[in-house]
Amino acid sequence: MIIDDLDAIAEAERSSAKKTVIRCCMAAGCMSSHSEAVKTSLEKIVRDSGLSERIEVRGVGCMRLCCQGPLVGVDPDGIIYEKVTPEDAPAVIIATQGGEANVKRGDPTHPFYTKQLSIVLANSGLIDPERIESYIAVDGYRALHAVLREMTPNDVVESAIKSGLRGRGGAGYSTGLKWATVAKTPAAQKYVVCNADEGDPGAFMDRSVLESDPHSVLEGMAIAAYAVGANQGYIYVRAEYPLAIKRLQIAIKQARQTGLLGSGIFESPFSFTVDIRIGAGAYVCGEETALMASIEGRRGTPRPRPPFPAESGLWGCPTLINNVETFANIPVIIRKGAEWFASIGTGLSKGTKVFALAGKIENTGLIEVPMGTPLRQIVEEMGGGAPGGVKIKAVQTGGPSGGCIPASELDTPVDYESLTRLGSIMGSGGMIVMDESTRMPEIARFFMEFCMDESCGKCIPCRTGTVQMHRLLDKIVRREATPEDLAKLEELCDMVARTSLCGLGQNAPNPILSTLRFFRNEYLELLQAQPDGKPAPAGANAT
Amino acid sequence: MKHASGDKRFKILEAHIKKFQGRQDALIEVLHRAQELFGFLEDDLLLFVAYKLKLPASRVYGVATFYHYFILKPQGAHTCVVCTGTACYVRGADKVLSAVEAKSGIKAGETTADNEFSLLTARCLGACGIAPTVVYDGVITPHQTPDAAVARVNEWLPHDH
Repeated sequence: MIIDDLDAIAEAERSSAKKTVIRCCMAAGCMSSHSEAVKTSLEKIVRDSGLSERIEVRGVGCMRLCCQGPLVGVDPDGIIYEKVTPEDAPAVIIATQGGEANVKRGDPTHPFYTKQLSIVLANSGLIDPERIESYIAVDGYRALHAVLREMTPNDVVESAIKSGLRGRGGAGYSTGLKWATVAKTPAAQKYVVCNADEGDPGAFMDRSVLESDPHSVLEGMAIAAYAVGANQGYIYVRAEYPLAIKRLQIAIKQARQTGLLGSGIFESPFSFTVDIRIGAGAYVCGEETALMASIEGRRGTPRPRPPFPAESGLWGCPTLINNVETFANIPVIIRKGAEWFASIGTGLSKGTKVFALAGKIENTGLIEVPMGTPLRQIVEEMGGGAPGGVKIKAVQTGGPSGGCIPASELDTPVDYESLTRLGSIMGSGGMIVMDESTRMPEIARFFMEFCMDESCGKCIPCRTGTVQMHRLLDKIVRREATPEDLAKLEELCDMVARTSLCGLGQNAPNPILSTLRFFRNEYLELLQAQPDGKPAPAGANAT
Repeated sequence: MKHASGDKRFKILEAHIKKFQGRQDALIEVLHRAQELFGFLEDDLLLFVAYKLKLPASRVYGVATFYHYFILKPQGAHTCVVCTGTACYVRGADKVLSAVEAKSGIKAGETTADNEFSLLTARCLGACGIAPTVVYDGVITPHQTPDAAVARVNEWLPHDH
């Protein structure tokens, strides 16, 4: 494989493009609404009516507005059809030849679409994720070529630092600095690991990226491997994502056959292979040291850091661990330049962030917006608010490690620092909207039950602390708690956060602390009167 | 060594272990395949895996019990998995689950006495855009209500009359 071969594949793909392309969403959300039958039906009609020369029916990745699936897009007409059934197929085809189809039309000019800025999702919903040619035709693997031919590993690390990219898995550590540490550590063997163990309930960004554009992740990993001096990569995917696993397997096989993975890539001395490791349903494995234990075939329990994986990771070798979305940003940063990337976003949070919008919101689905976009724009304008015009009460970000942001703070710009100030975290990007019917102590109990079940049991503060906190929350929700119980709960929150071994325990109290901060009244209302007959004290920060 | 039972599935599993060249770090991959073949991981099967990978039985058992995905008891012929992730929860998954529990008379994680039906929960299927979701016999189904779920599982439940 040399650059001319890449050009030839891209050229062949572009020149075989047909006049009309009908895109069918084949991501997990739409597939569960039978989009595969819709695609089969469209293909059959195109074949039967002799339109195969003019119309291509293409299976694509996530088209974002999941709640209206199955989604079908028609190019170049710019039409989006929603809730398409196999019976709608004839009308969709007839409409491509002029005329109107009596099928529910989406509105491509809605803010849900127009306010998005796509970097990570640029190819999502457009290319066929199961064909490498489709990715190559949109400049795929060109960044890898540029890196191998024109840049030293140090140049690549510098580029990553200059771009200001921060880890998209939650903690927000500078990607470039992490790369620099691994690159600096001398070792004969190094590894690159992609964390695709997207365990936060309510988060489906990484699943969508893997299902929609798996090659962008592989290309990002290969570039990272060159930068840090690794030749072996692992993608750790959760077993709950069978379609993402299948698409990754196809992508790895095709990249290997095309010579874009393996030895001597682009006839350079650089070699890189990627293996998939499938998780087995343990939330704690999203924590990097637990994830590595799991890749090594052991129980996924975390260990103390330091040493950090960058110095001693998989089998004791220096290991770079980044999240799916982080890797997917890399090829674009190389192609368009670090300065371009750094021009998007806010002072300390560069680029875009993909969010999964879910819960009590009209438009559920996937969005990608520049860092710094106000929450209100995301939830009200793009998301269309809560169904039935009900008032939004809070937005939950960061999963079980995050917090609930009250409606009064919706003008907060979404970036790492602002969310942390509100007692929540950016997290991986799940955003769950809650309306007035959601009671905050119950949500806190829900998350604590999650953390209690998922605690690996290695350290005592997390193992027993989560059980005790859950018990207290349950007591509060059942209206059996006293003010002393609430005080004990707050004390426990502090202790568990300070003394737990890994992020799971350290962040487990966050949902309680953030709901207490903004919705303390809801807790107080559930408390029994104090023994001396005084009413429960009023909350400080209640909304 | 062949497995004494002569069950062909052990041979398939052994071939899979050979694919990994017997590497011990492939334990989780091997357990995945074993569960695919046998439906669940019984003690005998875990011992077979331990022997083939030259690992202590305690290590294999430790891994099999650590991860939620591995099941050590047989499942019912039909399964209903209610997603209880946050998005499904705020959209009423708890009510769907209680309705199915009430109808079937079993709790989440249990199987009916006739081994026909297992009720399970999942942490998050990542299909939050179409919440609440329920997986019936492996098929993810969007926008579920308590009534829809009860109607769906009713045919798998024992009927006295």
